[in-house]
Parts: sequence; structure tokens; C-alpha cells
Amino acid sequence: MKATSYMNPYVAGVLLGLVLLATVYITGRGLGASGAVKSVVATSVKAVAPTHYQSAAVYRDYAAEHPDGPMKSWLVFEVLGVLIGAFISGLLSNRIGLKLEKGPRVTNKTRILTAILGGLLFGFGSQLGRGCTSGSALSGMAVMSLGGIVTMLAIFGGAYALAWFFRRLWLR
Amino acid sequence: MGPLVPDLLSNEFSYVVALVMGVGFGFALEQAGFSSTRKLVGLFYGYDFTVLKVFFTAGVTAMIGILLLGHLGLLNLEYIFVNPFFVRSALVGGLIMGAGFIIGGFCPGTSVCAAAIGKVDAMAFIGGSVLGIFLFMEGFTWLEDFYKADSRGAVLINEALGLSRAQWALVLTLVALAAFAAVSWIQHRVTASPNELFAFSRRRVLTAVAVPIGVVLLVMLTPSREEYVMARLEQRAASGECQPSIIDADKLAYELINNYFAYNIIDVRSRAEYEAFHIATAINIPLEDLDQLEYRPLFRQRLKANVFYGNDFETTKRACLLARFHGDDQGLALRESAAEFQQLFFAPEPLPLEPTRQQLTVRVFREDAARKMEEIQAAVSIRAQPIEKKVRVVQGGCS
Repeated sequence: MKATSYMNPYVAGVLLGLVLLATVYITGRGLGASGAVKSVVATSVKAVAPTHYQSAAVYRDYAAEHPDGPMKSWLVFEVLGVLIGAFISGLLSNRIGLKLEKGPRVTNKTRILTAILGGLLFGFGSQLGRGCTSGSALSGMAVMSLGGIVTMLAIFGGAYALAWFFRRLWLR
Repeated sequence: MGPLVPDLLSNEFSYVVALVMGVGFGFALEQAGFSSTRKLVGLFYGYDFTVLKVFFTAGVTAMIGILLLGHLGLLNLEYIFVNPFFVRSALVGGLIMGAGFIIGGFCPGTSVCAAAIGKVDAMAFIGGSVLGIFLFMEGFTWLEDFYKADSRGAVLINEALGLSRAQWALVLTLVALAAFAAVSWIQHRVTASPNELFAFSRRRVLTAVAVPIGVVLLVMLTPSREEYVMARLEQRAASGECQPSIIDADKLAYELINNYFAYNIIDVRSRAEYEAFHIATAINIPLEDLDQLEYRPLFRQRLKANVFYGNDFETTKRACLLARFHGDDQGLALRESAAEFQQLFFAPEPLPLEPTRQQLTVRVFREDAARKMEEIQAAVSIRAQPIEKKVRVVQGGCS
């Protein structure tokens, strides 16, 4: 079955904006994503190396902020919702299927490796930058935060600056 | 008045909200095409501007919405989370994320969307981000100083630029609209297909442009709900329509020394002035904070009568009327100012050479009252705590 086309980007943008607005109105905070991955990391470390989890300062501070455990965090629930929402959208638009998307000039192996590397950089950077494009940039723009907007400019500026060097990953 | 959590909705319910909002978030992102990595990087190579259109539209929509809700008094902008600004980590973190974006082809939110529909490369990206975050946590001892360097606090961009919120909103809205026009033109030239903006009727495009600009201008040019309420109250007070019930200093002192437990004395001056001198048993709620949600119960309760005083009668009157607006019809306004009260009881003018019996009686009463008020103040400050304004910290951003 052929996949249906994507929604008009402006309409999708308004929809997304309204979701963000509702979130801020109800909870006082914006959306995010990387924080949920952090919860996964903390949970894993806690399970695999509990003594280290209890002794290292950074994990102790994290545990103090999350007294009910690292997984009981706002972002974990939100990201669970993202999974569900995206899945529903994929179902409705016939886009579900195990696939590996890549640029036309790279092998599957290269794509997987660069995806992991990109994820590693983004994960690391999101911690340093106190949020990713959702938490810092998008939510930051909505609440008029200078920090959020600066981070956003750095993300997109950085990507643009490096685009030429990695063009073989994506272009013909 | 929002935010609804934690006063109007419990913290537990907030998790349910998170889930529901997440569903909307994921749905919108996937519908927009953000589950496709090639679509995402198209922005950086100039062949697909979806990211810019969606991102900018979403950000501006939410921004205008928040501005409007704040203006209408439906959302308390003081309590929403504003990302703090740490100059170095924001810039370097952002640049590293940019690298991750162009190499990996995703950002965390979109990678989750793509993984949800089965993209294996997205799953690899998520795995990579787990590693990346793990590396950060393990290396935190070395990174901590850099991470915390150059903190500027939760600065708003409009403040940094010297603009009002509405002015910045207008600037950003215009920039966004210009960007959309530019991007549509570029797409039209590069792909040799018709300019997509012209695919819509003139009227639709004009409406889409006029509505956000119109809303921002509305916010800019009309008084906010807060300003409107205060103006109305003052107008009615000035026209004599709405007068507060007045109590004078001697009567108040008498009531205090005999029935202090029946009154809430509220000092509406600044904290500093309050600390320098306040009437016995008074609590401090500065006038600008009087409208806050947490003080409403004070106005609605019937156990104690509220007595307001400030630096001058006008201020006191405003406070009393504001309280009445919120349901306090028993409130009283002290006729004398704080300074006058202090002077009458604690630094009285010398008696005339031949005082009348009346003047002597009043003087004796006042000295006695002053002494007793000090005793009461000492006794009360040991026992009762004044209502402390709750410091609400909304966690946001990356946690």
C-alpha cells in the first residue's frame, strides 16, 4: 500500500505549537526529549553498577532530583507518548515498516555507524546544552528564553557549518 | 489561572498530561515527516525546508499563545519554566548537537518518532545517544566547571534586547513570515516547481499572515487584564462609587490590643519597608503580589477581618478594593499611612503647654497601646509565622 503524503508543514507546525502551548498552560514547562534518554541511562547504571550509582556525585544529584526513581520523570512519560503518537500517525499514513533510510552514496553499515556517532554527539551535546531541539530550542523560543534561543542558533549554525563536509552522507 | 499544576491539578496528574501531550507531539512530528532522516537534513542542503517551516511555525504559535494568555491573565508568566542561560555550555553544547544532527540525521525527539515507525537507523541513533549521555555523566567531574561557567540565569530574550514581550513577539513573527516567503521562493527556483505559497488563495495567505500579527499587535496595544482591573477599580474609587471601609489608627490600636486574633493586618509596602517597621502582627504582601493566586483564600475567609495599610491612603485604598474584587467584603483600609501610625504611637509630638483633658487621655491611651502592641508583636513572632510566599520551582528543559 502506498504511503499517504505528509501533512502540510505549516498546519503540522500550528498543531505542534498548540500541543506545546497546552503543555505550558497545564504544567508550566515545555516539551523535551533528551531528558528521557538520561533517565534510561541512569536506570541502567543503577541496575548494572549500583555502588557506582550511589557514590558518583552526578548520579547522586540526579537521584535527589528524582526521588521516585529515574524513570518516574515527566519526560519519560512524554517520550512514551511520542512513541505512541508517532506510531499512530505512521499507522494512519501507512508508513510503518522496518526500514533503513540513508543517503544514496553510503552503505547500510556506514549509515548505522554514522547514526550511532551522530546520536552519541547529540546525546553528549544535549546534556551540555541543557536540552535538545525540543527542550531547549523549541520550548525556549516559546517562552522567549535567551538561553534556549542561543542553543538553537548554535545547533542549526553548527549543522550548517558542517553540512558541506558531510555531504557525501546525504547527497548524490 | 495557569499553570494548572501544582495548585489546580496534582503533580501525579501532570504525568498523565505528559503522556497525552507526548502523543500529540509524536503525532504532529510524524505527520510532518520528521520520521524521515533525509527530510530532516534537507534543510541543511537546501532541498527540503520542512524543518524550518514546522519548527518556526510551532515556536511562533506557542509564543504568541503564551503571550496572549499572559495578557488575558489566564497564565501566570512568572511561574513558567524559562531555560537558564549558561553562555559557554549553550554554545559548545549546541555546536556538538549540530554536528550530531548532520552526521546522524536526527535529533532525539525525531529519532523516537522514526524508531516508532520502524526506522532502524533511528534506533541506532537512540542507542548512540544513550552512549553519549553516559559518557557525559561519567565525565562530569571534568566537565562540571565548564558546564556551570558563565551563568546568566533565566534571562528572557526581549529583556536582553530591551524590548517588551509583545515587541519581541512581533519581531520574531515578522522574521518567521519573511523566512517562509524566502524559503518558498528558493524552493520554487531550485526545484522548478510552482511557488507553493501561490497554491493557496490570496485570501488564505493574507489571513494566515494577518492573524498572528494582529494578535501580537492586540497584546501590544491593549492593557493587560491586570492593568485593566486596577484601572477599573481606581476609576470606581475615584468616582466615589466604590469606597473601602475605613478604620482609623486609634480604633485599630484599640482592636489590636484587645482582639488582635480577630484581624489579619496586611502591610502592602515593600519587604524592606516592612522590616524597618510594621504594625504589630502585620504580615507583608507587597501590593503587586496581592493579585497572586495563593492569597485568594485570605480574601475569601470570614474568620478574621483583613486590615490593609501602606505608604499612603491611595495605595491602601487600592489594596482594599482589590481584595474586595476577590471576594473580601469585610476588608478595612487604615486611614493613616504606616509612617503616620508609627509617629502617632511611637514618636508622638510633644504635648502643648496646657493640654486639654481630651489630649491627655488620648496621649495616655496611645502610650499604653504602643507598649501593648510591642508585647503582642513579641509574643506573636515567636509563635506564628507570616504567610511565606511559596517558591515554586517548575522543572523543565532536560530533566
